[in-house]
Amino acid sequence: MVTGYVSIIVLLPIAALVASAFGGGVAASWSAATSPVALSALKLTLISAAVVTVINAFMGTLIAWVLVRDSFPGKRIVDAVVDLPFALPTIVAGLTLVALYGPDSPLHINLAYTSTAVFVALLFVTLPFVVRSVQPVLHALDTEMEEAAVSLGASSATTFRRIVLPSLLPSILSGTALAFARAVGEYGSVVLLASNIPFKSQVMSVFIFGEVENGSPHAAAAASVLLLAISLAVLLAIRGVARIGAGHR
Amino acid sequence: MTVTRPARIGLRVIALAYLALLLLLPVGLVFEKTFAQGLSSVWTALSTPAAISAFWLTVEIGVIAVVANTVFGVVCALVLVRGRGRARWLLDVVIEVPFVISPVIVGLSLILVYGTTGWFGKWLAVHGIAVIFNPLGMILATVFVSLPFVVREVAPVLREVGIEQEEAAATLGASRLQTFLRVTLPSIRWGLAYGIVLTTARALGEFGAVLIVSGNIAGKTQTLPLLVDTRFYNFDSTGAYTAGALLAAISIFVLLIMTVTAPDRRRL
Repeated sequence: MVTGYVSIIVLLPIAALVASAFGGGVAASWSAATSPVALSALKLTLISAAVVTVINAFMGTLIAWVLVRDSFPGKRIVDAVVDLPFALPTIVAGLTLVALYGPDSPLHINLAYTSTAVFVALLFVTLPFVVRSVQPVLHALDTEMEEAAVSLGASSATTFRRIVLPSLLPSILSGTALAFARAVGEYGSVVLLASNIPFKSQVMSVFIFGEVENGSPHAAAAASVLLLAISLAVLLAIRGVARIGAGHR
Repeated sequence: MTVTRPARIGLRVIALAYLALLLLLPVGLVFEKTFAQGLSSVWTALSTPAAISAFWLTVEIGVIAVVANTVFGVVCALVLVRGRGRARWLLDVVIEVPFVISPVIVGLSLILVYGTTGWFGKWLAVHGIAVIFNPLGMILATVFVSLPFVVREVAPVLREVGIEQEEAAATLGASRLQTFLRVTLPSIRWGLAYGIVLTTARALGEFGAVLIVSGNIAGKTQTLPLLVDTRFYNFDSTGAYTAGALLAAISIFVLLIMTVTAPDRRRL
């Protein structure tokens, strides 16, 4: 029963996608999927996702540290707020960003139709991944080793780098992998503010959507397979780094 | 604690400021923009036939997707943790697919299977079954994107509780169903509840996948997220912000339930 459900819901559509990308006018589909417009969208998607992922690795770990090791009034509320991007529909996330960074911005920052808008939207939706994967590991981490390091004269920075970070690294990497995957495919939160300007603010998911709307599903499928292959390769690479890191300890 | 007090407060301030600027400020602004127009225009925007129909369609699709993925999620977690099949690792990988695939690609894939020129297009047309541009396709899209949550929350809990109690129940003569209802289900209830809440949040808010397969026809295949999008592009900003605020209010409610049901983060 489990296999049947997964096959119908997930595998069947994926099979159709791959078949469409490699069947019926293959050359035309792939030339559309690797056209200058598509490659520019791919570049913007991957660069924004990579930058956002790196920022998440830093800020996510910092926020997790504050939530676990610090104590201040209202910590439970802050802890709940971190989940907001998981709970909020992506289109509403997009709308909130239009309200803040759109043409009527109360901050007088207009990011509409720019690649910066893509970046801000991705930062919003990927925030919880690293926090939520680091938090339980940090909780479980014994502070004895850190105290020992400090009593032996290590500075806070050294203690963090030599004692805490190695234990957290696998969870930081698994969180960043999820954040990266989400960022590469994100659509709803990006499209309202960044819109659909080729060579400027068009990301890959928006490009694929456009191809579907234009009645070129084969080209869209080819672009999708290309995007999936790249993000899969990145995910495997991150997993590989995590495994090597774990082996070192 | 190995960090000095000023450093700790510095980190706290950075974390809180980041969260406030990135999350709270924009979300607060949506409510501000909604209610700045006055309560009567909020009510008008919420009580149009399109809005009411979008609300109920969102709920309908959400309920179906949540029920389907809850039943599947529990069974699948049992297979993954308690099963003996060799191919379990493969199932484990496939379950992750909806997390790494763009919603737009999900919608496209469904069109390639069920659309007029898709694999089953002709057969479905002959038998008069409409999937694409109809609620059935939207349900398939929503079930796809919200599939992993229950499995991912229940499986680790099942692994942690072990099988001793279940074996004890079986030795004392309980049937498999009794064991499941009386022993297994109570032990996974918090993980299950959290998984259901995450599934609900995703199902109610899905946009990209549903947009592609729905055709976005007002009063027929328009959900609340699609209504926000339509109103936004029709320059009805009051309407868009109001529908958005309604969805935001629902997700804040979901967030409260998440906080209550979230598995204790102190444990791994």
